[in-house]
Amino acid sequence: MKQNSVAVVGAAETTDMGKVPGMSQIMLHADAALNALEDAGLKPSDIDGIATAGEWPTSIAHYLGITPTWVDGTLVGGCSFMMHVRHAAAAINEGLCETVLITHGESGRSRIGSSPYPMDTVSLAGQFEIPYGVMGPPSMFTIPVLRYLKEYDLTVEDLAMVSVIQREWAAKNPRSSFKDPLTVDDVLGSSMIAWPFTKLMCCLVTDGGGAIILTSAERAKDFPQKPVYVLGTGESVETPMISQMEDFCSSRAFKVSGAKAFEEAGISHDDVDHLMIYDAFAHLPLYGLEDLGFCKPGEAAAFIRERNTAPGGKLPMNTNGGGLSYMHSGMYGMYALQESIRQMRGTAAAQIEGAKISVSHGVGGMFGASGTVIFTNEA
Amino acid sequence: MAKMKRMLPTPTPETQHFWDGARDGELLLQRCDDCSDAYFPPRPFCPKCGSRKVSVFKASGKGFLLSYVINTRPQPISETPYAIAVVELEEGPRMMTNIVECEQTPEALPLDMKLEVTFEQQNDDITLPLFKPAGA
Ligand SMILES: [Zn+2]
Repeated sequence: MKQNSVAVVGAAETTDMGKVPGMSQIMLHADAALNALEDAGLKPSDIDGIATAGEWPTSIAHYLGITPTWVDGTLVGGCSFMMHVRHAAAAINEGLCETVLITHGESGRSRIGSSPYPMDTVSLAGQFEIPYGVMGPPSMFTIPVLRYLKEYDLTVEDLAMVSVIQREWAAKNPRSSFKDPLTVDDVLGSSMIAWPFTKLMCCLVTDGGGAIILTSAERAKDFPQKPVYVLGTGESVETPMISQMEDFCSSRAFKVSGAKAFEEAGISHDDVDHLMIYDAFAHLPLYGLEDLGFCKPGEAAAFIRERNTAPGGKLPMNTNGGGLSYMHSGMYGMYALQESIRQMRGTAAAQIEGAKISVSHGVGGMFGASGTVIFTNEA
Repeated sequence: MAKMKRMLPTPTPETQHFWDGARDGELLLQRCDDCSDAYFPPRPFCPKCGSRKVSVFKASGKGFLLSYVINTRPQPISETPYAIAVVELEEGPRMMTNIVECEQTPEALPLDMKLEVTFEQQNDDITLPLFKPAGA
């Protein structure tokens, strides 16, 4: 995509997050969308492009009263929204639409109006993984990690430290689900989910949503909010089967998506002021820091331990508290994007002073998919 | 809590040979006749070069423990914690499995331990390949 040709002009999360028993899944999409429209000073009739995941774009367009000329229903898990931003930027540049609304909503905790979990025994994963007793991300996404720890001579304490430092960020955010300080012992002493993962190394399960509105950089100047420009983007997929990923110590999708985004943005790692790496589990920031090129293979744990990503560090990461402590409704990529946008607007709860470039990196369907968006607040 | 039953695979035309082989006590892989890549899971073409000229062959059943978790949440296949593992086969491909005839503890499951296939019949149609410590 062309650098800085498209900008975010509206962004918001649902009015409430955490436990929202009064809203079904589609209303969480709509609540976030209405908040983002208000943020941008727009009405639903001003939207001519729509992208969503988890609900059909058709359902969201009908519910909100939108007549789109461009539709994207890419659904590859939690990083779908990073891909929507990328696709929307291309569509706006191509003139397929002018103003795109991207929505997410998930009743992850209350399970009201949420999509049923399919019991699949026919797909390759259904035939060659499900029979071995895997049930969802906690017992699948975590499988490569013992190999990673052994390869780089790391320990469970290194995993626990990721949760500890993200809790420091969460403490600065009034909307975080959990704010109390944690120690490595607290993390290791929490209930065992799937060795070596304890509960505090796993993301929350909450209700919530978010929405983003994009338009051309040229039009963005006329909107009430400070524009946040899309500087570079990347995306890729690898495999829906965790057992078949090429390298248990690295994600091919991360590498392809990250490299593409940095190439499009024309920046180096030193230029990055703020970083979001989707942390469904404590190992993801480790893989992300390495696969995006911020650290050499095996060095991310020391990088985190030495407080480089902590408050006051040189590369503030997951400053909302992350999926581990802020919120995680199921497809968290939307919240990583929201925090990057807030940091670029200068409105984050734990604002990084003078931040000009933010990288938002998502993962989807275990290590199956990845999307990366690099934002800047300088035209 | 009563022991729950495993979710069992539903074979498709592209995978039927694998499940027929497992029922007969054979672990079947496929190899490309053009580029000689050995691969899994089954499909009637080579995922490396796209050739439809592929052959089914019997694997040695030997491999090593690549990685795993020990699942402690209530789950379908056991009342007690059990390992969900990935074995890397001698021929190269990897597959998910459970490790049997072995304690389900980190101490009893060191990475790189040598494994060999064993078969556990589930019903008349489906037999699952599982792995046990080599020589157990
Ligand atoms: Zn081939």
